[in-house]
Amino acid sequence: MKHIAIGVLGAAAFGFAASAASASTLDDVKAKGFIQCGTNTGLAGFAAPDDKGEWKGIDVDFCRAVAAAVFGDGTKVKFTPLSAKERFTALQSGEVDILSRNTTWTINRDTALGLNFVGVTYYDGQGFMINAKKLPGVNSALQLSGAAVCVQSGTTTELNLADYFKANKMEYNPVVFEKLDEVNAAYDAGRCDVYTTDQSGLYGIRLTLSAPADHVVLPEIISKEPLGPAVRQGDDQWYHIVKWTYFALLQAEELGITQANVDEMKNSDNPEIKRVLGQEADTKIGTDLGVSNDWVVNIVKAVGNYGEMFERNVGSGSPLKIARGINALWTKGGLQYAPPIR
Amino acid sequence: MQEHDMSWVRTEMALAQAAPSSERGLGAWVRKNLIASTGDTILTIIGIVLVAMILPQIVNWAFINAQWTGPDRTVCATVAQGGIQPDGWTGACWAFVNAKFGQFMFGRYPLEERWRPILVAILFVALLVPLLIPRVPRKGLNAILLFFALPVVAFVLLLGGMFGLPYVETPLWGGLLVTLSLSFVGIAVSLPVGIVLALGRRSNMPIVKLLCVIFIETVRGIPLITVLFFASVMLPLFLPAGVSFDKFLRALIGVSLFAAAYMAEVVRGGLQAIPKGQYEGADSLGLSYWQKMGLVVMPQALKLVIPGIVNTFIGMFKDTSLVIVISMFDLLGIVKQNFSDASWATPQTARSGLVFAAFIFWLFCFGMSRYSMYTERRLDTGHKR
Repeated sequence: MKHIAIGVLGAAAFGFAASAASASTLDDVKAKGFIQCGTNTGLAGFAAPDDKGEWKGIDVDFCRAVAAAVFGDGTKVKFTPLSAKERFTALQSGEVDILSRNTTWTINRDTALGLNFVGVTYYDGQGFMINAKKLPGVNSALQLSGAAVCVQSGTTTELNLADYFKANKMEYNPVVFEKLDEVNAAYDAGRCDVYTTDQSGLYGIRLTLSAPADHVVLPEIISKEPLGPAVRQGDDQWYHIVKWTYFALLQAEELGITQANVDEMKNSDNPEIKRVLGQEADTKIGTDLGVSNDWVVNIVKAVGNYGEMFERNVGSGSPLKIARGINALWTKGGLQYAPPIR
Repeated sequence: MQEHDMSWVRTEMALAQAAPSSERGLGAWVRKNLIASTGDTILTIIGIVLVAMILPQIVNWAFINAQWTGPDRTVCATVAQGGIQPDGWTGACWAFVNAKFGQFMFGRYPLEERWRPILVAILFVALLVPLLIPRVPRKGLNAILLFFALPVVAFVLLLGGMFGLPYVETPLWGGLLVTLSLSFVGIAVSLPVGIVLALGRRSNMPIVKLLCVIFIETVRGIPLITVLFFASVMLPLFLPAGVSFDKFLRALIGVSLFAAAYMAEVVRGGLQAIPKGQYEGADSLGLSYWQKMGLVVMPQALKLVIPGIVNTFIGMFKDTSLVIVISMFDLLGIVKQNFSDASWATPQTARSGLVFAAFIFWLFCFGMSRYSMYTERRLDTGHKR
């Protein structure tokens, strides 16, 4: 998500060598019977193995949702763990059908790399965590002037940090490390007062500190890191299926359709719910998309709605306990908004 | 007058007397090894102090305070960290290793199919142990079974897709299974290929020699990590869309070729240590090239380079961890991957996992090292020093 270095440039240079797949991705996927999904090799809350070795996380659940839409079965998906350097090549070369790997949506990736981002499944951004014992009374990043800040070198995080302090005319002492493990250890040992990285990461790191209660994640977000799934350019049908799977997850939450009540909701009198769940007579919403008309029912049965997915993997139902924040629905002051399904 | 013959020949050995008490027992050993001089005494004291400072903490952490079982992170976290341990507690989180043990051994190999790698492991041990013990007869048959029959059986069992066994694709493999299968294939391929390359490099035939030199020098000149990376990032772009070349196979080929190139140079070192007279002696007996090499030169050369060969094996065993750059998860890779499981994230998790991985690696490497020393001693006829 942040190593924008050589790997990406290399992939960009050779991106054109990968021609679009001949047949449509939907036909390919149906023929092989499963979706190949590129995920992170291990990131708490997004793609991480549980005790049985099953993948858990928002990113992998999204792929399960697409599988449910296409096959009516959320288990018809295979995961390919990809490193930051491999991820774009894997999508371009057709090794994976969806890249759902906490990847930041940027114009360069949409254009030069030949990807199509379908939406933002998680609005992330760079944040700050402070040791409240060492910095009592600090409740805003604007009070951090003169602080020692732990940061990983060679990342956009480091550049954003410099920009932010310069723009606000504040001083800081960067404490720079090559590896994330080193940054964690240094911060836990008290070599710096402030830790900065993506906010979703800060919550995971806090769990590994020796005194997590002493550490506070500050509210400021100083960069935009919209993370979302991407597909190859040049296959509009597949792009639409993946994109509308995302919107269906949001729409289900907005209408109060959950994994538990989806079967009752099918009998609802609310025309909008009936339409979304494919219960209207002569509906063609699903078939026009290239899937069955009960696709939303299948999605919600497999992974729940967006809110359930969020709470289960990163929210209150997980050890990370990340607040919905800007990832709340637009009706609740967040940014998650789906165009109407009709 | 009778003359007595005073000459006397002792017909039996005098009984050996016990060494003086100052040279015997614990006291003597301590005097000789620990406090022989002032310098030794000082070093001994420093050593004892260091051990006394470090050892209790290690024992405390690894055994006394350690948590052996538990459902999730709470058993390995203090109250302040959201767990159940008293504040200030530090101890190994073996519960994490316990919960993830299956994954550390087999990766994501399906639970109901795990009897297959276990069966392969049992067969492997059953064939390897008799081969390693010199007294057990039928070495030839044993070696054929281990190096030719077992790989076929293991291939069928592990991969499946035939004889009614469900197909288990290699991306699901992981953990010790990957580490061991990569190392076994690497070792089994690299020794014969390395010997052939070494002979080729010393051959009188110019083309053979040139090819061997080019291969060895090219492979030795590129880091393994580069080849693996190239194979995973660049290769897919050159292949037609949809054609994917199994990552595990890529790693197998890469690791085997690398080990072979290194092995070739180790064997060549042994060949150069054999005096010219041995070659000429074999020639004068009218032996063919292969007889000369197989009966005279190689047995001597290989014996000389046992430490180098085992060194290469151990190096390769540990190098298998590099497959993490192509997102394959060997033992170390799968241990690190499981650090991302938020339900086990504690300050102790990473330490415990890494110590466990280190211990498993050490077990195998130490075993190889001890066996090579044993073999060296056994074959060390006529060169005792």
